[in-house]
Amino acid sequence: MSDMETLENSLMSDISSAADEQAIEAVRVSALGKKGSVSEMLKTLGSMSAEERQIKGPAINGLKNRITEALTARRAELKDAAIASRLAAEKVDVTLPVRQSPAERGRIHPISQVSDEIAAIFGDLGFAIAEGPDIETDYYNFTALNFPEGHPAREMHDTFFFQPDEKGDRKLLRTHTSPVQIRTMEVQKPPIRIVIPGKTYRQDSDATHSPMFHQVEGLVIDRSANVANMKWVLEEFCKAFFEVRQVKMRFRPSFFPFTEPSMEVDIQCDRSRPGEVRFGEGSDWMEILGCGMVHPNVLRYGGLDPDEYQGFAWGMGIDRIAMLKYGMPDLRAFFDADVRWLSHYGFRPLDMPTLFAGLST
Amino acid sequence: MKFTLSWLKDHLETDASLNEIVERLTSIGLEVEHVDDRSSLKPFVIAKVLAAVQHPDADRLRVLTVDAGDGKAPVQVVCGAPNARAGLIGAFAAPGTYIPGIDVTLTVGKIRGVESHGMMCSERELELSEEHDGIIDLPADAPVGTSFAAYAHLDDPVIEINLTPNRPDATSVYGIARDLAASGLGRLVGGAIMPHAGSGMCPVKVTIEAPELCPGFALRLVKGVKNGPSPKWLQQRLIAIGLRPISALVDITNFVTFDRGRPLHVFDANKVAGNLTVRRARDGEKVLALDGREYTLTPDMCVIADQDGVESIAGIMGGEHSGCDENTTDVLIESALWDPITTARTGRTLGIISDARYRFERGVDPEFMVPGVELATKLVLDFCGGTPTETEVVGYAGHAPKIVSFPLSEVRRLTGTEVPLEESLAILSRLGFKPDGAGDVVNVAVPSWRPDVDGKADLVEEVMRIHGVDNIAPQPLGAHDAVNAKILTVLQVRTRAAKRALAVRGMMEAVTWSFIPAKHAEPFGGGQTALKLANPIAADMSDMRPSLLPGLIAAAQRNADRGIGDVALFEVSGTYEGDAADQQRRVAAGVRRGTAKLEGSGRHWAGNAGPVGVFDAKADAIAALEACGAPVERLQIEAGGPAWYHPGRSGTIKLGPKVILGTFGEFHPKTLEELDVSGPLCGFEVFIDAVPEPKVKPTRTKPRLELSGFQAVKRDFAFVVDKAVEAGTLTRAALAADRKLITNVSVFDVFEGASLGAAKKSIAIEVSIQPVERTLTDEDFEALAKRIVENVHKQTGGVLRA
Repeated sequence: MSDMETLENSLMSDISSAADEQAIEAVRVSALGKKGSVSEMLKTLGSMSAEERQIKGPAINGLKNRITEALTARRAELKDAAIASRLAAEKVDVTLPVRQSPAERGRIHPISQVSDEIAAIFGDLGFAIAEGPDIETDYYNFTALNFPEGHPAREMHDTFFFQPDEKGDRKLLRTHTSPVQIRTMEVQKPPIRIVIPGKTYRQDSDATHSPMFHQVEGLVIDRSANVANMKWVLEEFCKAFFEVRQVKMRFRPSFFPFTEPSMEVDIQCDRSRPGEVRFGEGSDWMEILGCGMVHPNVLRYGGLDPDEYQGFAWGMGIDRIAMLKYGMPDLRAFFDADVRWLSHYGFRPLDMPTLFAGLST
Repeated sequence: MKFTLSWLKDHLETDASLNEIVERLTSIGLEVEHVDDRSSLKPFVIAKVLAAVQHPDADRLRVLTVDAGDGKAPVQVVCGAPNARAGLIGAFAAPGTYIPGIDVTLTVGKIRGVESHGMMCSERELELSEEHDGIIDLPADAPVGTSFAAYAHLDDPVIEINLTPNRPDATSVYGIARDLAASGLGRLVGGAIMPHAGSGMCPVKVTIEAPELCPGFALRLVKGVKNGPSPKWLQQRLIAIGLRPISALVDITNFVTFDRGRPLHVFDANKVAGNLTVRRARDGEKVLALDGREYTLTPDMCVIADQDGVESIAGIMGGEHSGCDENTTDVLIESALWDPITTARTGRTLGIISDARYRFERGVDPEFMVPGVELATKLVLDFCGGTPTETEVVGYAGHAPKIVSFPLSEVRRLTGTEVPLEESLAILSRLGFKPDGAGDVVNVAVPSWRPDVDGKADLVEEVMRIHGVDNIAPQPLGAHDAVNAKILTVLQVRTRAAKRALAVRGMMEAVTWSFIPAKHAEPFGGGQTALKLANPIAADMSDMRPSLLPGLIAAAQRNADRGIGDVALFEVSGTYEGDAADQQRRVAAGVRRGTAKLEGSGRHWAGNAGPVGVFDAKADAIAALEACGAPVERLQIEAGGPAWYHPGRSGTIKLGPKVILGTFGEFHPKTLEELDVSGPLCGFEVFIDAVPEPKVKPTRTKPRLELSGFQAVKRDFAFVVDKAVEAGTLTRAALAADRKLITNVSVFDVFEGASLGAAKKSIAIEVSIQPVERTLTDEDFEALAKRIVENVHKQTGGVLRA
């Protein structure tokens, strides 16, 4: 074996046994550094004869190239091994739980969600949303809505009153959202198309009545709005709200001081499954809203001529239709802020009701 | 309003079934609330006792052999009734029958060792009366084996109507029959009343001193009556509708009340002293009424008095003193008219609910005042005998019918449906209206029993409900012909945005009561007299809330009491600064309790959540304001807040010197004590109605984005300042050093320690610098740093930390 072969074997062995970057660099310096064994050999070329150089030159250069390649290859190997071992060391238990996103934990109350659903539907029908104060005067809550003084219908409202002032006038908590009808007529000329959601109050408390509850009122006033239009609006609303293709509704003549004619509306449903109401099928009737043509006196109180303008109004409980749609059994729980209830019956904040993406799906 | 089917058929000749009648009632506006078809009495059959022997082991019991008439062998029944005897015919219930009076379903059982296969029933056990001295004892010809209910006419279905307050005419069976007949379901019959002339003047005179409360009074004396029980059919009807038969005279008044909607009163003439006066009650005057209770009256109330005092509360309830009993021989029949509003108010004040009040407050038919006396007279003569005097009528001026000018086109205008003119007129006529004239506009006389009808819209309702609301086909409301614009107001948009923004922060939306306990309202600046309910539903729901916080804090505590201590709740709703419309504020508020932080609560392998604090509340408050479009970069945070907060751990958010947008912080320990709550708690309130409205811009184009091509640089500074120096002052001072180059200053460390000296702290800031015109040189940076240090020193006294 020539010296060169011996050297090559020795270097190759050093390279393959180099365990880290430092060792491989030491091998490189010992072979290819300024005073390295291969570099020294290359230096000898200058003192050789032309013939000898022709033979030895390629041999030494070949050796240099092979050593260089081997160094590069071993370097790559070592780097891969180092990465692999780092990765192995960095392994974690990915089954450990992460914290839930706050957006998934938070909840929107069913009353807010259902109010948004209502706004989406009536917005599509060209209605605006109107609001009014909770603390009202007798005038807006009763007189202007054609409740005569002392009329039994006033008594039916179980009104919360405040203490009378020096003049003997007493404010009250509105018993319905209808005062906003008058407040709207006072500032806006027809055509009027509004829905009025809000808090209402009556002295009543059981599983389906609460001293505070939420109503949504609708009002249409123009020169032609009639009972037939009202039936259409309410049927379209019920279909859209309950997200069913068909609903069957029963309009019963009834009485409200502020409408004439007045009607109560039942919706056909199936209540045979416990805790669940299905609309558009079944043989039960459930009362869902009251409605009617705006009473001529109410139009007059609103500053409108009942022979020129006409319209209809309706009112229903937001809490009640929320209970019907989503199946909450007890109204009182709406106001208890029990986070277990909110978590279960509430809605995720990014579930925004729209008509284009569906109200609830 | 309750009545039985057979009673209805006294006045309605019809072939319609119970179901058809019920459905029609509802569809014409007389909503049927309940129908009792009396099927609970079906299992009871007429049976005969063949033998009755003494029970071997019980003195009071007998063992009966009963033939139920079903062709099977007689059965053995143990019975304790004293009248149980061989040969008795009564009402038998077989095992499996539900006995309503004792709320028991029969089984075969042993009574003192003897098997009993059923029961012979008393009237009380069938809920027919209070009679329980013995079992039902029927005449010998009662057909054994047939239905007892059918035999005793107890299978008469009871219909209950949920009557709207506008329909006094339908407080009577006759009025209901009139409506049904008008709707085409039969023929109205049985209305005629034969007057009885009577002889001689009524010896008791009536003076009306309060004509404004009593527009008419009719009185007649019937002498020589015998007041026993009323006939069985009448008693059964009264029981069926929930009234207790008392005596013929009293039952007659109840019968006329329900049959014709005409309440009457009967006085025992021998207990009335002198003549009668209709007058206002004297203040504090007392009367013992027929319900056995004493009432104290006021001059707002109307009474009928004799020379000794009040005998009756007008239109509501008679007095005990002059009531009729079995000894009554001479009876005064009163039929009067009472002012509806006074009647309603008196009834409400005294807390009396009576069948008379129910009708008078709705308004009884004035034209039936005298016929009411005649009908009662006839029944008195039929049941009790006697001799009537003439009827004395006082104060009644007669009834002038209202005339409504009715353009028939109104039906179409309001309902959208064409009802033929003749049909409209025919419907009105069948209901008792009198249309006069031909052509498009007719004058319609309103019948005396319909005080609710005033105008043409009322007549449209009459036509519509009888024609059928179901016959009105829905018609689309004129659709809008363009894409909808936004329909929410700015405040509505903010309300919605604040809710979603807070929910996204892991908080749950609560809806709490608008009225809270006084002791929760007061610590939060509430409790004013003007905001106290005069009639709260409960003592702890008495005051309109001045803030959403007490309700939310109480809600958090309720959850903690249920074992869930880490809760984050918010509400966006109204608070009340006063009782005027513009004193209702729109507020977003929230509380966090325990460790309910934004990232999550409780323990976690990657790090436990710490207790909530002022900065959690501050972050929530700013998020809510940001969602509402408040200019967050211009908000000023001032230390301290209202008294309910921890003075050193609370802040006020302002926009300029005057506008307060919100407050946040941990709560004052005294506040928590007053609310009786505990635990780490923080909260905030932001006034979303106080955020200035954004300017309406002509375009939605956003301002042009100017991006610098030069590299942004960050430099850190640490300042030593007095402890009292606020970080906000320091960062503002740093920012102000060069508003063009410095884009942001953030605090990345706050340190207090002995090495700094007492009452000192170090605040470390990172200053972001964005060169705009050219790359900055070292000299530029040095100059900028110098300005920052100088400005901070000037504003805060701080020096660079060594």
